[in-house]
Amino acid sequence: MNERVFRVGTLTVFFVFLIAAVFCLHPLGEPAKTRMDDYFIQNGQEETGSNNIVASVMFDYRGLDTLGEASVLFAAASGVSLVFWRVKHNE
Amino acid sequence: MSEGMSKIVKTVACIMAVPIITFGLYVIVHGHLTPGGGFPGGAIIATAVALLLVAFGGEVVLKNLHTASFSLLEGVGLILFITMALQGLSSTFFHNFLANSGGLFGSHVPFGPNLGCLNTGGVIPVMNLAVGLEVSAALSLIVLLMFTGSTEDDGG
Repeated sequence: MNERVFRVGTLTVFFVFLIAAVFCLHPLGEPAKTRMDDYFIQNGQEETGSNNIVASVMFDYRGLDTLGEASVLFAAASGVSLVFWRVKHNE
Repeated sequence: MSEGMSKIVKTVACIMAVPIITFGLYVIVHGHLTPGGGFPGGAIIATAVALLLVAFGGEVVLKNLHTASFSLLEGVGLILFITMALQGLSSTFFHNFLANSGGLFGSHVPFGPNLGCLNTGGVIPVMNLAVGLEVSAALSLIVLLMFTGSTEDDGG
C-alpha cells in the first residue's frame, strides 16, 4: 500500500511538471532567433546550388550530423551481423 | 515458410519490385531538387528486398543475394561519403567544393523558384548517392540477417 502511494505520488508530480512545461513552450512558428534560418533561406540556394534547402543543410552546412547518422546505421548493421553470427556459430 | 508464398504473390512481387527500386533511385538522384534524399530513397530500395524476401522465402533470395555483397556496398557508401567530406578539407570539413565550379554538378542556381537542373548542388548529389547506397545496403542486410537467424532457429 505504501509503495502504491509512492508510485501514484511520483506519477502525479511528473505529470504536473509535464503540463507546466507544455504551458511554458514557445509558440509554434515564432522562433526566438531567426538569424540562421534567414541566412539559409537567403543564401543557401546560391551558395550550394541546391534547390532543396533541407538537403543543403543536411549535406553541406550540417554535414557532420549526417555523418553521425550514417555511422549509427553502420554500427546497427554491424551489431545485427555480430548477434546473428553468434547465433549461427554457438549451436 | 522457406518455400515462399503462392504463385500470384510471387508474380506481383516480381512486377512491383522494379518500380519500387526505380522510385527509390529517383528519390536518391533528385535529393537536391525535391523532398527526399539518400535516407528515404535507401529505405525504399530496402523495401523491395523485404518484399522479395517475404514473397519468395529465405532460401531462394539468400541464394541470389549474398549478405557479404551488401556488407561491401555498405562500407563503400560510407567510405565514399567520408571521402567527399574530406575533399573539401582545404577550407573546412564538409566544404562544398563542387558547387558553382562550372564542372560536374557545378551549374549556377539563381535565387528563387526555378525549374531545377540535375547538374547542380555540388557534392550534395554525390553524398546523396553515397548515403543512399549505404542505407539501402544496411537495411537490406539487417532484414536478410534477421530472416536467416529466425528461420535457422525454427529448423533447429
